[in-house]
Amino acid sequence: MKKIFSVCLCLVITLLGFAACAPKEEDKIVRVLNLGEYIADGSDELMDVLAEFEKRTGISCEYSTVPNNEALYAKLKGGGVDYDVIVTSDYMLERMIDENMLQKLNYSKITNWGNIYDKYKKPSFDPRQQYTVPYNVGMVGLIYNSAKVTTPPTSWNALWNPQYAGKILMFNNPRDTFAIAQSLLGYSFNTTDRDEWTAAAQKIKDQKPVRYGFVDDEIFDKMQNNETYLAPWYAGDFYTMAEINPDLRFVYPKEGVNSFIDSFAILSDAKNVGAAHKFIDFMLEPDVALANAEYLCYASPNKTVVENTGYTWYEDEILYPSEGKYPKTEDFKNLPQDVLDLMNTLWDEVKR
Amino acid sequence: MRTLSNTARRMLSAPYALWSLLFILAPMLFVVYYAFTDKSGAFSLDNIKGLTGYAGVFGRSVWYSVAATVICFIIAYPLALCLAGMRERTQRTLIMLIMLPMWMSFLIRTYAWLCLLQDQGIVNGVLERINLPRIHMINTPGAVILGMVYNYLPYMIVPLYNVLSKLDKSLLEASHDLGANSAQSLMRVTLPLSLPGIASGITMVFVPSISTFYISQKMSTNNISMIGDVIESQFITAYNYNMGAAISLVLMVLILVSMMVMRRFTDSDGEVVV
Repeated sequence: MKKIFSVCLCLVITLLGFAACAPKEEDKIVRVLNLGEYIADGSDELMDVLAEFEKRTGISCEYSTVPNNEALYAKLKGGGVDYDVIVTSDYMLERMIDENMLQKLNYSKITNWGNIYDKYKKPSFDPRQQYTVPYNVGMVGLIYNSAKVTTPPTSWNALWNPQYAGKILMFNNPRDTFAIAQSLLGYSFNTTDRDEWTAAAQKIKDQKPVRYGFVDDEIFDKMQNNETYLAPWYAGDFYTMAEINPDLRFVYPKEGVNSFIDSFAILSDAKNVGAAHKFIDFMLEPDVALANAEYLCYASPNKTVVENTGYTWYEDEILYPSEGKYPKTEDFKNLPQDVLDLMNTLWDEVKR
Repeated sequence: MRTLSNTARRMLSAPYALWSLLFILAPMLFVVYYAFTDKSGAFSLDNIKGLTGYAGVFGRSVWYSVAATVICFIIAYPLALCLAGMRERTQRTLIMLIMLPMWMSFLIRTYAWLCLLQDQGIVNGVLERINLPRIHMINTPGAVILGMVYNYLPYMIVPLYNVLSKLDKSLLEASHDLGANSAQSLMRVTLPLSLPGIASGITMVFVPSISTFYISQKMSTNNISMIGDVIESQFITAYNYNMGAAISLVLMVLILVSMMVMRRFTDSDGEVVV
């Protein structure tokens, strides 16, 4: 009897604790879950975007980050969290739309929607433009140290070149890493053929003797300090590295690269839907979008940024390649669950 | 405590029992549940079968943890002996110095090792200055083991020091009187008497070593996975709770076995039984 009483008491205390944390008023706050290092934070003499949002709208912003798309998904699925707005990539948005994790947006409340180029509207992951608003766009390419890699590489093959053994990095996430093997082998990034995935995994295994390791944001340190010479990475971050190490160069390998669109979306169980719309709208404001584009060095889908002659990367050849120089690209689509499981098993295998 | 009635004693222990129930037993049951079910929640042995694919990781984890534990012991035992023989004030200061690094997050300390060991790191920089060849240290098994030894060494030193400093000096005097030399006294008096400390030191280093994650990721730039890393990737990257739980189960068994082995060397009072 006593035990039952203790258990009940404990449950009551726990529940009371949760109740106390619940928000008292709607739309006075917005809870944002973003990828890491993915917003202008007031450094480099640019706008502190979150502080500015609170100042202009009077809505307070609770901001958290995750290292990558997969971690974002796991965090939301794990439960016990409470967010309104998220930022994630195309293939993950497609998966979340499929699983009813996102709610339809009211585009009339996003007054700056017209700032977005039409070519980024109705993307394949949101074909009727109901759930997402683009934040950044970009492509993957090959970064190399021109002082050490004397013949400029044009192919992903450079990442298997024994001449640079121990100086080669790879992405520490399965999709980006497999995509490189897939472009070399001539497969689609979205193949559902199990043999093609296994062959791609084998290609990554073959790289082991020359590979330094798999990296997330450690890449900045390693490439800036000449610890490694070759790495695939997102085009935007190249400029951040090149500022510190001027020997670094960037190329879009001829086999093809992944192009991505990272977007905002509102979760289906969001509590502050109005504030969430205001947040997204605010992020499309010309001065805010410019601060973010300057800070992140990613390509912007926002006209007011791209057409601004004062923008540091105005008509930049890497971020905004002109027609003739545009690389071969493919986007990531959401993969069926059995292929995702296979990919994750193979990923554990290549890292073993 | 003898005077406490049974009811009173039970009342006093109730919060701990409840705590263990909620935060130790319940999570363990969840692990077992997830390990034996599939994504839809139906009973399945697929995760357990899938474990065979991770045999290499399990073997490596055991091997690295044993190596780290042995190295910790080899470093810590002479150190603890020296410490126990010093003046009490010096002892206290030195023990504090040993604990001091633990005031900093182990993440930061592990990053510091990266700066030292990298190909372009501080150690290699110094070697080059004095015209010695550079050594490739990062991303090797040695680097991972070093990371574990560095992080867990205090857990070996402290229990050994505790036992050795309380050792009755008259026993050593007696052994000398009976004609034993220093080596003999060490092997036949000090070492057997310090077994409880050795046992708890080994447990306290081996258990965190075998469940290590992050240290191995950083010291090997994600090239060398330990059990903990694979569990993390199953939960966070693959979002496969079931496989992650099955691997955790193996880890739990490994830890349980190692603790049972260690218990054989001490009885409930911490006295030596062998």
